[in-house]
Amino acid sequence: MSSRVGVLAIQGDYACHMQVFAGLGAEVNEVRTPEDLAQVDRLVIPGGESSTVGKLLERYGTGAAIRERAAAGMPIWGTCMGMIMLAKRIENRTQYALELLDITVRRNAFGAQVHSFETEVPIAGWEEPLTAVFIRAPIVTEIGANVEVLARYEDKIVAVREGKLLGTSFHPELTDDTRLAAEFLTY
Amino acid sequence: MSNNGVVNAAKTWREKVGLAEMLKGGVIMDVTTPEQARIAEDAQAVAVMALERVPADIRRDGGVARMSDPEMILAIKEAVDIPVMAKCRIGHFVEAEILQALEVDFVDESEVLTPADEENHVDKHAFTVPFVCGARNLGEALRRCGEGAAMIRTKGEAGTGDVVHAVWHMRTIMKEIRQVQAAREDELFKLAKDHQAPLELIREVHRTGKLPVPNFSAGGIATPADAALMMKLGAETVFVGSGIFKSGDPARRAQAIVDSVVFYNDAKKLAEISKNLGEPMVGINISSLKPEDQLATRGW
Repeated sequence: MSSRVGVLAIQGDYACHMQVFAGLGAEVNEVRTPEDLAQVDRLVIPGGESSTVGKLLERYGTGAAIRERAAAGMPIWGTCMGMIMLAKRIENRTQYALELLDITVRRNAFGAQVHSFETEVPIAGWEEPLTAVFIRAPIVTEIGANVEVLARYEDKIVAVREGKLLGTSFHPELTDDTRLAAEFLTY
Repeated sequence: MSNNGVVNAAKTWREKVGLAEMLKGGVIMDVTTPEQARIAEDAQAVAVMALERVPADIRRDGGVARMSDPEMILAIKEAVDIPVMAKCRIGHFVEAEILQALEVDFVDESEVLTPADEENHVDKHAFTVPFVCGARNLGEALRRCGEGAAMIRTKGEAGTGDVVHAVWHMRTIMKEIRQVQAAREDELFKLAKDHQAPLELIREVHRTGKLPVPNFSAGGIATPADAALMMKLGAETVFVGSGIFKSGDPARRAQAIVDSVVFYNDAKKLAEISKNLGEPMVGINISSLKPEDQLATRGW
């Protein structure tokens, strides 16, 4: 299994993800263009602003290239904005998205920044919970038949997996806990 | 909201700096109306700064510049999904409390407004909303971080369209970071004294080689090349104030500046991006400003 990890570096907290994967011994590259994407085996889409990143993915052709690679089985992990980018459906909103993961998301489901928070969430199959930082975070409101729910917070779905696609509402990359990143490397 | 309403300082700190991290590589634009906010969002701004007058107009009008009307800030919040920031006067913690009550996403304790306190800045640790503050050098940046700022921006000279002070401030901060990083451990005490900065934060800069919080740039940025220049000098993103809505074709210029921040390292793309943008804001040479008319010297 190869571990050249690409982190979408158009906008957002990509440097935090890069630091985590470098710490796990992976080769990490910044991805902005379709050419950059060709150099990596898996992709992380970080937190950031989904309307900003969506339009840039569309205009520079990187979005189309990601869709092709996803169809060919490339693992992708989206955190917060990244999960919105992966979602097939976004509530009350028409915006560019990759439409790969069979979920409906609600953007900014907890409100403005003063309602951002940090909490422990249990992850399916794990003994120890994960510290989850939610920042103007989305939630998952509907899932398709093949989507596995990995975590809930107060009955709201906040982590999902479908095949090689992983989506989380929260930001493990802002904490010292690298377990989810390590698990993504096994996809 | 978290922990049943109990504020855990360390945790809110991570959330505050976390939002600043999410804004990296984006462009934050000054807007004065919901229409401008929508133009900024359509042009892929990562956040907007809601204010009644852009700095160029504040400079022209003179008088006391204060926090914007809450009604206008709420109308802008209503108009867009991206984070909304707003400015309070330096030291005016009640304006900051009002902005927090309005649930803006970031408060800019800004020298662009008339200072309300000539000695004390706002105690930003006391708030759940994160703050951004301006700085001209490392000491000023670390004093603001010590007070709880979750993001630092260069001051530049707002409302001029002249990037020279933003360049000076960014070069100064980056040079002083390198000096602290290269120093011996036993020299850090004197460096803390020289920079008038908290020793703990000088130690952190020594260890990490960067500011404790994201380091953005503002003040006089008017073109895609200006934005790319600031990124190359070490900025992690840029604020564009008067430069967009004082130009001939705001929507187009806004998008070009967003693109230039993504591709700041690619001169060929920058050449494409810089084509046919219409008239830039006219601008004022900072060297023609009287010292008392410079905004960057406000704050201490």
